[in-house]
Amino acid sequence: MKFCDFVIAESVVAQLKGTDKEAVITELVSQVHATGHVEEGQVEDIIGAVLKREELGSTGIGKGVAVPHTKHPSVKGLVGTVGLAQEGIDFTSVDGEPVHIFFLLISPPDSTADHLQALGHISKNLKDDQFCRFLRRATTREQIQELLDEADNQKFGVQD
Amino acid sequence: MSGQSVERRVEVNSEGGLHFRVASLFVSCAERFSSEICVVKGEQKVNGKSIMELMTLAAEMGQTLVLKVKGSDAEVAMEALVEVIENK
Repeated sequence: MKFCDFVIAESVVAQLKGTDKEAVITELVSQVHATGHVEEGQVEDIIGAVLKREELGSTGIGKGVAVPHTKHPSVKGLVGTVGLAQEGIDFTSVDGEPVHIFFLLISPPDSTADHLQALGHISKNLKDDQFCRFLRRATTREQIQELLDEADNQKFGVQD
Repeated sequence: MSGQSVERRVEVNSEGGLHFRVASLFVSCAERFSSEICVVKGEQKVNGKSIMELMTLAAEMGQTLVLKVKGSDAEVAMEALVEVIENK
């Protein structure tokens, strides 16, 4: 599982406009929807599902990163996007730090293996400080895409 | 760190595998103990107190993990951690 398998390039947001959890999640889901990968009329439902999942426990896993996600029948396959927030968003993360990097993941209900693999791939790369640093510095969609491509070519997340 | 060293194989028996919520519960549990906690899947070996590292295992239902706990509260920690994996 690589980023190119699920991140929808045209939906990536280099400068998120939202300033709180709900606004950011709304923006990310809307971006994915705008690229036609989500069934019509389901945006609100998906946003609700992602927020509800956050209530069970924050997906802010530390290091300024969050991986909001949900399983939802409105998608045919795993889809995701990346968003960056320069200002940092309060996401009640495990380390109490604001979040600057968001990886949103929406999976079909029965896609356990793919879902796990995608979260695994995201985590593996985010573990690498260099990947996080470069991502934080990206200011355009193209720069983010380049980084994801490099990550897929195993430039980051190498086990020590 | 002095103390015990305990190792146990567990099978992931949650339908969603070692998904985010189970991993979060595991980490919350692990953090209560002073022992070092290591989770092994095949060739991969990760820190059981880091959700980011646990997620890299992408462990599915039916897969086996080896828990390695080392420290003064290792036995107590192991019991608690095994319960998280086996009962979710």
